[in-house]
Amino acid sequence: MFESLTARLGDIFDRLKRRGALSEADVETALREVRVALLEADVALPVVKDFIERVKGDAIGAEVVRSVTPGHMVVKIVHDRLVETLGAASIGLDLAAAAPVVVLIVGLQGSGKTTSAAKIGRMLQERDRKRVLMASLDVYRPAAQTQLAVLGETAGVPTLPVVAGQEPVAIARRAHDAARREGFDVLLLDTAGRLHVDADLMDEAAAIAAATDPTEILLVADSLTGQDAVNVARAFQDRLKLTGIVLTRMDGDGRGGAALSMRAVTGCPIKLIGVGEKIDAIEPFHPERVASRILGMGDVVSLVEKAAATIEEADAARLQAKLESGGFDLDDMAAQLRQLRKMGGVEGVLGFLPGAAKIKKQVADANIDFKILARQEAIIGSMTKRERKNAKLLNARRKQRIAVGSGTSVPEINRLLKQYMEMESMMRKMRKLGKRGFLRNLPFGGPQFPR
Amino acid sequence: MAAAAVASRGLLSRLKAGLARTSDRLSGGITRIFRGRRVDPATIAELEELLIGADLGVATAARLAASLAREKIDRDVTVDDVRAALARDIAAILAPLARPLPIDPARKPTVILVVGVNGTGKTTTIGKLAKRLKDDGLVVHLAAGDTFRAAAIDQLKIWGERAGCPVLAREQGSDPAGLAYDALVQAKAAGADVLLIDTAGRLHNRTELMAELQKVLRVLRKLDPEAPHVRLLVLDATTGQNAHQQVETFRGMTEINGLVVTKLDGTAKGGVLVALAERFGLPVHFIGVGEAIEDLRPFEAQAFADALVGLDRSEAGGNP
Ligand SMILES: Nc1nc2c(ncn2[C@@H]2O[C@H](COP(=O)(O)OP(=O)(O)OP(=O)(O)O)[C@@H](O)[C@H]2O)c(=O)[nH]1
Ligand SMILES: Nc1nc2c(ncn2[C@@H]2O[C@H](COP(=O)(O)OP(=O)(O)OP(=O)(O)O)[C@@H](O)[C@H]2O)c(=O)[nH]1
Ligand SMILES: [Mg+2]
Ligand SMILES: [Mg+2]
Repeated sequence: MFESLTARLGDIFDRLKRRGALSEADVETALREVRVALLEADVALPVVKDFIERVKGDAIGAEVVRSVTPGHMVVKIVHDRLVETLGAASIGLDLAAAAPVVVLIVGLQGSGKTTSAAKIGRMLQERDRKRVLMASLDVYRPAAQTQLAVLGETAGVPTLPVVAGQEPVAIARRAHDAARREGFDVLLLDTAGRLHVDADLMDEAAAIAAATDPTEILLVADSLTGQDAVNVARAFQDRLKLTGIVLTRMDGDGRGGAALSMRAVTGCPIKLIGVGEKIDAIEPFHPERVASRILGMGDVVSLVEKAAATIEEADAARLQAKLESGGFDLDDMAAQLRQLRKMGGVEGVLGFLPGAAKIKKQVADANIDFKILARQEAIIGSMTKRERKNAKLLNARRKQRIAVGSGTSVPEINRLLKQYMEMESMMRKMRKLGKRGFLRNLPFGGPQFPR
Repeated sequence: MAAAAVASRGLLSRLKAGLARTSDRLSGGITRIFRGRRVDPATIAELEELLIGADLGVATAARLAASLAREKIDRDVTVDDVRAALARDIAAILAPLARPLPIDPARKPTVILVVGVNGTGKTTTIGKLAKRLKDDGLVVHLAAGDTFRAAAIDQLKIWGERAGCPVLAREQGSDPAGLAYDALVQAKAAGADVLLIDTAGRLHNRTELMAELQKVLRVLRKLDPEAPHVRLLVLDATTGQNAHQQVETFRGMTEINGLVVTKLDGTAKGGVLVALAERFGLPVHFIGVGEAIEDLRPFEAQAFADALVGLDRSEAGGNP
């Protein structure tokens, strides 16, 4: 569905390279594609416009003219600006206040507040050795208070005993008193989900804040949010003076444009990201990673460096030619396995490739286990030349022989052949999709896997 | 429907308020763009941006704007003309999706499996739907198939009480497929009309969790090869373009054949649905417009499209 920015920019870059310099018109053409990429990544329109204007200022002029590959330079400028806008890495929670430090957690329905509260509670307790008390002020959602209590139990973080029928502000006060009395360092307040346009509930949130004077007010937001992210963030910021943002579901394959939108309209740092449902699935925020993700590409600069050092040009070129001409045989697969291994395993490769999420998925679909790359190379190495050119020859007896030769087993060989078949059919499909785009635009001329 | 009659006033005003908010920005934008101007390339470009801002996505926005351009270029048009034309085009795309939940009284029960990513509103939608179907005179059973998330079972039990429907539940951590199987056995034995099965939220890119859902499908089919008759994906209206991946993967791996869009009472526009309609054509059975039990409405293409572009037919005094 979404083309990576590098793929989008491919044709333009080719043209730029030949000329070696960027005119204002060139920059504008390139930035038009950047704009679309940002919008497809769910960065909100006003934020996109503002961002593009700023990048344009950077891109037209000396920096680019001097660079060897102007096309990549534009992407690098875009990327750097994006990192800068997303803000500094891993700003921790501010706990420098008189105990108990109150951390108030707010957000839309279902964004991940209760889960994040428990994750943060556990993190502060285990990592920072803080005594943490958690309390749920959610008297609306069925079983919300039970949910926090259960999570607290799992995490080993105490929760305020539930008193049926108590109002949120009253619970907040009771929690604050209990935390003070019992000498807790941190009080985490989980609140009910609320729409930013729900006046009553926004009043309630403000009243809770007024009653407890939080040091941190964290907006928990879904990283899969679309254009609405700006409205939500702005409304919460206006009413509550947020101190930070927690982005959840970063374990998904969303492009995460909401991060940029929210950061831009609130000026609040993104302090933490949720990366799963488990209690320890919380991490500091890394702007570089998110920037690459928003652009749907790896860091072009490191990609070029890393690729140049490890990819054998000849191999890549041969594969490219193969792909364009037709057949994809087991020799080609062996070449791919070799390249993959050289690139430093799957994580190393996928982090750098354009459209990494999509490729990751295809890798998953193709059932490729990277731990056994070497074994697979050995299997192919034990085949005869004819077998490598024509996998159909591989009957039971031949497989038996190859298993012995490579020190592997027939099921392993079958798995490899299945994988090969899937890859081959993907290659065929991809060829059919047309010659444009992706393949040619990778700086080193060939993919590890098709899109 | 009885429930609708009781709740109608509060419900309708809530719905209207919700959908109106959904479209405030878009409609305000349309007014700004076209007031006192002609439809020309510049205004069309602005319109396209506005549609993008409503989550329709770059491609769909471009197509809609282009179609409007063809029709109205260089003509003086009123803001309402533009709105009406847009609403018409969007409604035409959405119209095929507005289909009722296929509940066949001959099947006892019609099994509805509810799936989706985390926190979209699956459990709440089940509660609302159970109430609605029960008010229609159907016997509805619920199965607490989210055995993973803390207190998910208690949450569904409370919804079951509210709707007055029995809930089959096991302890947290038990096998969801086994539970679904037993729930179907019980529902069959009880002669229930509908069995609604809740599932744990899961991101579509988690292959092993998707496989868990596939197992639920397989196990149910041992009892009834047609079951689950409805595989309902619950989408959150605030979701942006990732909704494409959600629908694509859930459709591929769990054969979803219907959608519910929730949280349309916020400012999110749910505009991605227009693009999803073009791409997948899956029916949308209901929309969620709040957290209360009556906040579920059948999906209506024209109303949704009107609301999206800020066209208020009652104020305009009938059909434009
Ligand atoms: N995959 C993933 N799921 C998450 C993450 N954070 C929360 N969730 C899930 O999202 C769903 C909703 O989480 P909750 O913590 O209940 O959300 P909430 O904001 O408290 O919801 P309300 O109180 O109803 O407004 C649950 O299924 C969580 O397990 C995350 O980082 N990744
Ligand atoms: N405003 C609004 N809130 C809704 C709507 N539908 C559900 N919610 C709220 O969204 C939150 C999450 O709803 P759930 O039903 O728990 O979502 P879920 O998909 O079952 O979540 P998991 O099981 O954790 O994946 C709750 O606070 C609901 O009250 C809706 O249409 N509008
Ligand atoms: Mg909660
Ligand atoms: Mg649920």
